[in-house]
Amino acid sequence: MKNPYIPYPVRISKTLVETEDKQLKSFWLDFINPDDAKGFEYTPGQFAELSVCGFGEVPIGIASSPTEGDTLLFTVNKVGHVTRKLHNMAEGDIMGVRGPLGNSYPLKEMEGKNVVIVAGGFAVTTLRATVTWILHPDNRDKYGKIDFIYGARTPGLLLYEDQWSEWQKRDDIDCHVTIDRAVDGWNGLVGFVPTICEQVAPKPDNAVALICGPPVMIRFTQPVFDKLGWQPEQIVMSLENRMKCGIGICGRCNVGPEYVCKDGPVFTKAQLDKLPAEY
Amino acid sequence: MKTTSFTKQEWDEALQGLSDSYRIFVPIREGDFHMFRPLENGIKPDFDFQNTRISPKSIIYPQSERMFEYTLEPEDPEANILKEAPKDYSPRAIVGIRPCDVHAFRIVQRNFDNPEFRDPWWVKHFESTILVGLGCNRPCSTCFCTSVGGGPFHEEGLDIMVYDLGDRFLAKSLTEKGEDFLNKTKAGAPADQPALQAAEDLKESVEKAFNPNVTMDHLHEKAVLDLFNAPFWEEVAFACINCGTCTYLCPTCWCFDIQDEVFAKQGDRIRNWDSCMFPLFTLEGSGHNPRTKKFQRVRQRFMHKLKYYVDKYQDGVQCSGCGRCVRYCPVNIDIRQVAALMNEL
Repeated sequence: MKNPYIPYPVRISKTLVETEDKQLKSFWLDFINPDDAKGFEYTPGQFAELSVCGFGEVPIGIASSPTEGDTLLFTVNKVGHVTRKLHNMAEGDIMGVRGPLGNSYPLKEMEGKNVVIVAGGFAVTTLRATVTWILHPDNRDKYGKIDFIYGARTPGLLLYEDQWSEWQKRDDIDCHVTIDRAVDGWNGLVGFVPTICEQVAPKPDNAVALICGPPVMIRFTQPVFDKLGWQPEQIVMSLENRMKCGIGICGRCNVGPEYVCKDGPVFTKAQLDKLPAEY
Repeated sequence: MKTTSFTKQEWDEALQGLSDSYRIFVPIREGDFHMFRPLENGIKPDFDFQNTRISPKSIIYPQSERMFEYTLEPEDPEANILKEAPKDYSPRAIVGIRPCDVHAFRIVQRNFDNPEFRDPWWVKHFESTILVGLGCNRPCSTCFCTSVGGGPFHEEGLDIMVYDLGDRFLAKSLTEKGEDFLNKTKAGAPADQPALQAAEDLKESVEKAFNPNVTMDHLHEKAVLDLFNAPFWEEVAFACINCGTCTYLCPTCWCFDIQDEVFAKQGDRIRNWDSCMFPLFTLEGSGHNPRTKKFQRVRQRFMHKLKYYVDKYQDGVQCSGCGRCVRYCPVNIDIRQVAALMNEL
C-alpha cells in the first residue's frame, strides 16, 4: 500500500531572496532519487507539502512548470514555524516534498481560448508556472491571446522579475506589470490591479480568467470583470485554507462539502458561488 | 456460520484463553463508567454496561499516533529522511463493541479508505481487527441508532454478534474471521433451538420498545447554502463553550493534526486527534481565519455530519446515533434537536 504521507527526499540546490522585505524566498529543489521525479508528475496550479524534519510540513503552490525540467521551484512567505526554519536553510540541505497535491488550472478546457491571468502580490507563484507552461513552444499554439496582469505594492515586492521582463519582450503575451504608487526609477504601469484590469478591459468572448491574489484585490477586481460581462463560469480562482494532510483525509480545509486540498485548490467562481464562503 | 452458547464464566475463560492469538480489548468498569482496555492478567471484563464512555475508535485510530521517525544527527547519512514508525498489526479483537460503534467504523472507513487515497495505518489496523459485538438489551435514553440506519442488534460490519441471555451468552459468527475466533475458543456448546428462540425474542422485544424517532429524511434535499445560512445557528451555539468534548467522544469524528516532535536528535512525525471546535483548527499563517466565531465552528460540526457527508457519500449521515455527545455535552447541546431543526428548515 503506497503511503500518501511520506515525502520524497530532496536537496535544496539554490535559494534566492525574492523581495526587498526579505519575506519571500525561493527554493529550487532536486530529487535525491532521480526516479522520484517521475513519480512527481504535476500540472500548473497544483501544490505540494514541503517537509522539514523537526518542524513539520507546509502546503506551498508549485511555482515551476513541468516544462522546465525536474527541478522544482517554491517561493515561500516567512510567516510561521516551518517557513521560518525554511528561510534559514541553505543550499545543500535535505528536506522533503510530498505531492503533487490538489487539482490544477483547467489547462485542457482553456485550449482554443484567450487567457487573462491576474495576479496580486505573492499569489503569483502558480500563475508563474501557468504562464511558463503556456508559453512553451509545445503549448503556445493551443491558446489565443494571453494577457498577464501582475501587481505588487512596490517594485521591490514583485517576484520573478527575470521571467516577466523576458515576457515583456515577447509579442505572444501582453504583460502588464504594475505597482501601487509611483516611485523613482520605475517606468512601468502604476495603479492597483483592479484599475489596470479596467484599462486592459479584457473581453469575455471565448476567454478564461485566472485570478489569484489577496482578498482585497479579489474584492475590487470582481466588479471590473462583472462590468465587462464576464460570467462566473469563466473566472477561475485558487484557494488556500489551512491544510495538514493534503489528501482530503484530515478534515481541516473544507469549504462546505469540498476539501480545498483535494477537490481544489482551483475552483471556478461559479462553483464558489454555491459554497459557503469559509475561506 | 455457527452459533455457540457459553455460560458467562465459560465466555470469560474463553477470552482469557484467546489472548495468545489476539490482543483482546474488553469493556471494564472504571469508577462510574466503562472503558475498553486490553485484556491482561488480572483484568476482569464487565459486559453489564450500556456503553463505554469513550468509544473504541482509538483502538483503530489512536488519539496520538507516530507516523514517521527520523534522526537529525548531522553525521548520519540518513539524517532528515523519514522512515515509517514500526507498528503492531498483530490480530486484535474488540469484544463487547456495541452495534453503533461498529456502524461508526463503517462511516469513517469512507474517509480513511477511499478510491483515491488509503490511509495505511487506519486500513491496516482495521483489517487486523475482529469485531465481536454485543447486542443492546437496554439502549440509553440518548441513543438513536435506529434513526441513522443502525439498531440495537444491527449485525452489519460485525464478525460475531453476541446476545446476552441473562445466564449465558449466545455468540453468532457472521464472517469467516468470526467463525475462526469462535472455533479457537474451544468452549461452549452449539446453541439449541430454545436459546436461538430466546435471542430472537430478546431482539424483537428490545426493538419494539426502542423508538427514538429522530427524523433526518429531508436533509439530502436541502441546499447547502440554505442550511448554512439558516437563522438558528447562533441560538444553537449560544451555550457552547467550545470544549471539544463532543468531537473527542464522537466515534465518527476523524479530524487530525500533524506535528513534529524532537527529543535530542531523534524526531517523530505524529498525528493527534484535532477538533473543529477550536479556533486554531483553521487559523492560517497569515492570521486569517475563516471560522473565528464560535457559532461558525458549531455550525461546521453539524453541517459536516448532517449535510456535507450526506451530499458527498449519498448514504446517510455521519452519525452512529450513540448519543455520547448528547450525554456528555456540559451545556446540553443535543444533536437530535439540531437535526430536527435542519430537517424541518
